[in-house]
Amino acid sequence: MPKLTIDGIEIEVEPGTSILQACEQLGIEIPRFCYHERLSVPANCRMCLVEMERAPKPVASCAMPCGDGMVVKTNSETVLKARKGVMEFLLINHPLDCPICDQGGECDLQDQAMAYGFDRGRYLENKRAVQDKYMGPVIKTIMTRCIHCTRCVRFINEVAGVPDVGAVNRGEHMEITTFVEKAIGSELSGNLADVCPVGALTHKPYAFTARPWELRKTETIDVLDAVGCNIRVDTRGSEVMRVLPRVNDDINEEWLSDKSRYAYDGLKRQRLDRPYVRKNGKLVPVGWHEAFSAVAAKLKGLPGNRVAAISGDLADVEAQFALKELLGRLGSANLDCRQDGARFDTSVRAGYLFNSGIAGIEKADVILLVGTNPRWEGTLVNARIRKRYLAGNVKIALIGEQKDLTYPYAHIGTGPEVLQQLSDGSHAFSETLRNAKNPLMIVGMGAFQRADGLAVQAAARIVGEVYGMFRDDWAGFNVLHTAAGRVGGIEAGFLPGEGGRDIHGILDGASKGEIDFVYLLGADEIDTAKLGKAFVVYQGHHGDAGAHRADVILPGAAYTEKNAVYVNTEGRPQLARLATFPPGEAREDWKIVRALSEAVGATLPYDTQTQLRQRLMAANPIFAAVGQTTPAAWAPFGAQGPVDAAPFVSPVANFYMTDPISRASVTMANCTEALVGPAQERTGTHG
Amino acid sequence: MAFLDRAARSLFLTELVGGLALTLRYMFKPKVTLNYPYEKGPISSRFRGEHVLRRYANGEERCIACKLCEAVCPALAITIEAEPRDDGSRRTTRYDIDMTKCIYCGLCQEACPVDAVVMGPNFEFSTENREELFYNKQKLLANGDRWEAEIAQNLAAEAPYR
Repeated sequence: MPKLTIDGIEIEVEPGTSILQACEQLGIEIPRFCYHERLSVPANCRMCLVEMERAPKPVASCAMPCGDGMVVKTNSETVLKARKGVMEFLLINHPLDCPICDQGGECDLQDQAMAYGFDRGRYLENKRAVQDKYMGPVIKTIMTRCIHCTRCVRFINEVAGVPDVGAVNRGEHMEITTFVEKAIGSELSGNLADVCPVGALTHKPYAFTARPWELRKTETIDVLDAVGCNIRVDTRGSEVMRVLPRVNDDINEEWLSDKSRYAYDGLKRQRLDRPYVRKNGKLVPVGWHEAFSAVAAKLKGLPGNRVAAISGDLADVEAQFALKELLGRLGSANLDCRQDGARFDTSVRAGYLFNSGIAGIEKADVILLVGTNPRWEGTLVNARIRKRYLAGNVKIALIGEQKDLTYPYAHIGTGPEVLQQLSDGSHAFSETLRNAKNPLMIVGMGAFQRADGLAVQAAARIVGEVYGMFRDDWAGFNVLHTAAGRVGGIEAGFLPGEGGRDIHGILDGASKGEIDFVYLLGADEIDTAKLGKAFVVYQGHHGDAGAHRADVILPGAAYTEKNAVYVNTEGRPQLARLATFPPGEAREDWKIVRALSEAVGATLPYDTQTQLRQRLMAANPIFAAVGQTTPAAWAPFGAQGPVDAAPFVSPVANFYMTDPISRASVTMANCTEALVGPAQERTGTHG
Repeated sequence: MAFLDRAARSLFLTELVGGLALTLRYMFKPKVTLNYPYEKGPISSRFRGEHVLRRYANGEERCIACKLCEAVCPALAITIEAEPRDDGSRRTTRYDIDMTKCIYCGLCQEACPVDAVVMGPNFEFSTENREELFYNKQKLLANGDRWEAEIAQNLAAEAPYR
């Protein structure tokens, strides 16, 4: 434990701590550009120079490990002069275009030039100019502004694991480039603009639209995948201008996937802003009252077993809970939140949660991926696995489709029979699992979205049992969900009741005419052709597949427009907060269900969200611990049985379009065109 | 004695005569009033009158949508919206000044890095209704075209002090 003195204060730090980190512990601010706490240390900006006794010249504090007996000064004459000099050199080639720069107002260089710089320029020669590079549909480059900190190069190589960005040439001629002109093939590329301390890399969809000082910031969570990333939604007036990540070391650290970050323009398109009722085959805009009476008229006298409800990927917990209670009052047990058709046992919490937690991946030494493509199903989970890979001494294996996951892995099979071989020890990988201290298994929806889903779950459980993934000190069995509404729906009990039908039963029944009324709570990923002649009520925020089939449309609120609870794949309830109001006559979802319950004569016993949440917490205490995970007790789950040898297929075919919001987004369409699917031949009509 | 003094003053109408003498004196002095609107007084080159949005000599609008004037405006009279123009440059799609809110402090023209928004020498822009005082970008650019000669002169005169 080295002990050193900084500005006359003695401090004892962990070995290997840099002087800059020690200063941070003391609350002393050291200016920096290239140093980023989650990236490697190159020490090339020289802004963090400090004076050290017995050193011939100032030292770069970010790269200098603390040593015993060091005496460091961070505020001496030499240090101030050194900073001023470094700043002047940085500004030699940095253009003075702050007024047209999107980083203006939140720029590290701007702030530090104000705080540590010289107040006038002495450089009258021509400045360097650099050609802008193409970095894909979400990153805009103005390379003349680059100060060569190389944060972007380090981010894309280390965290994203896609070595598409690098630097060529040296000194003043150094340029950050993608080598050949192509879009960056990473789902984390939006973070490049975040790590860039100047305006060289900025967000293309946000270009020139707003200034940081005019935005209202709302801290909320992302729901476009099941990871539940913490985000900040910046709004101006009634418009979402951008989405930025928030730091949460348990979930997303400080990164965010491109879909979560840039799909916000989908919130402005294809919105349902008033109720509709189908009259003579056409959807006609009506008032709330008329829409409710149409539903009530249909439900009148209908026996409960002919009524069903399906909730979608973006449905919040309150709405699902309220709808479940409403269906209970109508005498129906036909409800399911697994609209993707996944079959897994929901009776044991450990059987459907990401038990180790996303941060728990860092403790694993063997990682087995089953029927999942974490890069697309949970981008930040994949980033965490890559972080674990970079830390070294880990073996990763995959059963399922072979995809580039940004880290090397052993492909040990494609179908569920490999799980059986692993459990009886006949597979070559069994030895590795047996020697593992903390083996970790991540099962994706690709393993459950098949007729033998329950048997696959049981097979995975047995592998877990054999290799010690269910220990008191280690929970290594994980399920990676793809939808933010799923775990919340399960925890709220939005599942088939006694004798009720699940999603397959509901769709079968509807196509056979055994179900006359289907309530879709934002469910768009079902095969609407299977709904047959049933009367369909669609409650949601986008005019997507479900709304096209609907007989009555009730306009709901998107995730930025309501206060709601979502549960991520770890089983962690988190609060989404209202950043803007829903458009037009749209309302918060639980309120719609509550109002409808009154119209159909089965009034639900709550008038406020607080009352609803109290009832929710009484039904399931995990909702009381917002932001916390409640450890799941282990018990046998799944149903042992014969498994099909068919290979696992990932449910996400296009990362950029998985839900109604991202499907309505122009940015996501651009990303799809640039990054997904075979590159299309350009023809004469492409201009 | 005071009685006699007062009596003599009223008898000889001295106060009246004194007043008339003052009037007579001013009859021969130069006039200080102006026959507005036919005559106007001199205006400082720093005068803060009606706002204009200026253009460069090649006709390109100066405003680059940096939004500093919007940020600095203490009366919140300015509203700006921006997006990339087809050629990729940063331009406003909307530049509104609510002249009924404006307090003519001149902070907007001080904040402007490209001398786009300037308070011109025009002070005669009264209107018959409020709506006409909600200036949009078109109106402000038209103002700029109209007053460019005077404004350029004023800016040149002020250049040494900025």
